[in-house]
Amino acid sequence: MKARLSLTALLALSSLALADVRVGVVVSATGPAASLGIPERNTVALLPQTIGGQKVIYTILDDASDTTTAVTNARKLIQENKVDLIIGTTTTPASLAMIDVAAESKTPMISLAASETIIKPVDARRAWVFKTPQTDALMAAAIVQHMQQNKVKTVGYIGFNDAYGEGWLAELQKNAAARGIRVVATERYARTDTSVTGQVLKVLAARPDAVLIGASGVPAVLPQKTLKDRGFAGKIYQTHGVANADFLRVGGKDVEGAILPAGPVLVADQLPDSNPMKKVGLAYVNLYEGKYGKDSVSTFGAHMWDAGLLMQKAIPVALKKAKPGTPEFREALRDAIGSTRNIIGAHGIFNLSATDHLGLDARSRVMVQVVGNTWKLIK
Amino acid sequence: MNIFDPGIFPILTADGLTNGAVYALLSLALVLVFAVTRVIFVPQGEFVMFGTLTLASLQLGRVPGTLTLLLVLLAISTVLNVIEALRRGDQRAAGLTGAAGVALGAGLWALTTTLAAAKAPLLVQVLLTLLLVVPLGPLLYRVVFQPLRNASVLVLLIASVALHLVLVGIGLVFFGPEGSRTPAFAEGNTVLGGVTLSNQSLLVILVSALLMLGLYYFFDRTLTGKALRATAVNRMGARLVGIRPTAAGSLAFTVAALIGALSGLLIGPSIAVSYDTGFLIGLKGFVGAIIGGLVSYPVAALGALLVGLIESYASFSLSQWKEVIVFTLILPVLLWRSLSSKHHDEEDE
Repeated sequence: MKARLSLTALLALSSLALADVRVGVVVSATGPAASLGIPERNTVALLPQTIGGQKVIYTILDDASDTTTAVTNARKLIQENKVDLIIGTTTTPASLAMIDVAAESKTPMISLAASETIIKPVDARRAWVFKTPQTDALMAAAIVQHMQQNKVKTVGYIGFNDAYGEGWLAELQKNAAARGIRVVATERYARTDTSVTGQVLKVLAARPDAVLIGASGVPAVLPQKTLKDRGFAGKIYQTHGVANADFLRVGGKDVEGAILPAGPVLVADQLPDSNPMKKVGLAYVNLYEGKYGKDSVSTFGAHMWDAGLLMQKAIPVALKKAKPGTPEFREALRDAIGSTRNIIGAHGIFNLSATDHLGLDARSRVMVQVVGNTWKLIK
Repeated sequence: MNIFDPGIFPILTADGLTNGAVYALLSLALVLVFAVTRVIFVPQGEFVMFGTLTLASLQLGRVPGTLTLLLVLLAISTVLNVIEALRRGDQRAAGLTGAAGVALGAGLWALTTTLAAAKAPLLVQVLLTLLLVVPLGPLLYRVVFQPLRNASVLVLLIASVALHLVLVGIGLVFFGPEGSRTPAFAEGNTVLGGVTLSNQSLLVILVSALLMLGLYYFFDRTLTGKALRATAVNRMGARLVGIRPTAAGSLAFTVAALIGALSGLLIGPSIAVSYDTGFLIGLKGFVGAIIGGLVSYPVAALGALLVGLIESYASFSLSQWKEVIVFTLILPVLLWRSLSSKHHDEEDE
């Protein structure tokens, strides 16, 4: 009798434990996208352990920047860990592949990848999918606008020979055509190339007013260095993929003067006090650097932080409707995230709707220049 | 603009030769390791990565993770050697090996931590980098390949791929996801026949040429080098005349690690090397080695130079197809080799 009682108590306890909110995280902590995935993973440790009075359990899996692994991880999180929400993953191809898994199991998912195709158009499958990073389209528009304001008439392009480089080239061509700027040279290189002299000579031969380098991380230093070595005097634009401390550390004086769009969190301390993102951005930066050391913060981790903010707002709403671990809770959570209004994140102000599962506008980007080996906000 | 424009062609050629020189060094290492141990040494590029990133860590005043790897490998190989000596019943040798391992490890640790903290001058750091990276070669041979020395080429290849993945993973843990650059050994430019060349690329070509000459001297004039060549030609015969195959293998790996680390030091100033950079550089050296049929040193070196040149011209004319062109080069070469050479496998012996 006593044994049975304790067994019942144990069962009661375990069902109570099941009521915890379970969040599955997939990031690319290894592989080519590791420089984005590692700060994202690190940020998970800064997210709250209880939301709306419920304990939150995070399960983090690494997809090694690999699409197949990302899908396997997503299935594992849903079937074995019974998660209520998936955050991830870092790269666009893997995120696209995870959409089916999320839709099939009716689990809301917040992607941390850039491409617009992850959330657009919002169809039956994408009804479960959200994302926090700015789209390349948003960033490219800012670059081309800056070019037009600075009387750039012709632009050359050197970019990665992969999805990142191709995506940026497409956005550049679309935006440049709309603003009457000609793209006069398009060259590709691989992130492990030991030299881009050939590409740079070809671009220089077309005599562009400015050059956009469609690359991410430290491999983006090489084209800029080579351009300068070969005497290019025009403006050099980079993408927001270089917005981390390593780019400045490795680039040194070779990347001086680079102009790029970035999330406001990159220059949070330089934003005017009237900007609502300043407080959120600084709070995140201080929290992250407090745990991982000075100058360790990058903008990529802040996408995870923003996903966390969406989650913190949505979970209490969903908790009123259903118990965690049930399909009803996941649906309520999806609806709650999808109707987020005016959440001030580190990267922008989120206003989601039935047709827009990102919800960021032009306030989510600022133009930044490398001056004196540090990021300087262009006012 | 045409590729043969006088303002462009010489620059591309010089650029191709600079990269080709590094690929050539790596292809020599690949041929050497394969000839002596039958290992297709996929992780050759990882030595390049460890070379650059170890120096970069030292530059930042940090103790490079390479030291940890070195000490762990040293510990494992010491234990293996002690066990082997005990099995032979040679307790004195076992004790000596153990003591030597511990002393060596402690010495390396003390030296590295002191010099890293002191931010020693560049030359000292370069020497320390070599001291940390080069022993990885023989130690990896002792721990991974020596126990497999009688396995088939396929098993050795699988072990070598596995080792490559392990080393890349270790590189990520030690050096982080983003790459690093090392300071230039030579600043400025030199004008040669109307073409401006950076002193750094001249240095790369010069050091590579010297290293190749050194290797030629080593293989042609010294007894150790000749022993290595003998092992490559006929393992059994070499053994019969008293050359220990494990010693030859260990030496081949030492040379490979030295070449890799030096290549890493040479390219470090021009590009940012990250934990996964090594593989593709090694692969281009491998294309050169394949052109040499994995046996001929001069043909492999020339093949690798050709890879560098083609890469440079292709990056100007058809940059989006560059990698395709470079790696497609291997197909006609393989076809020609399989048609022209008589196939004989050493395992049939």
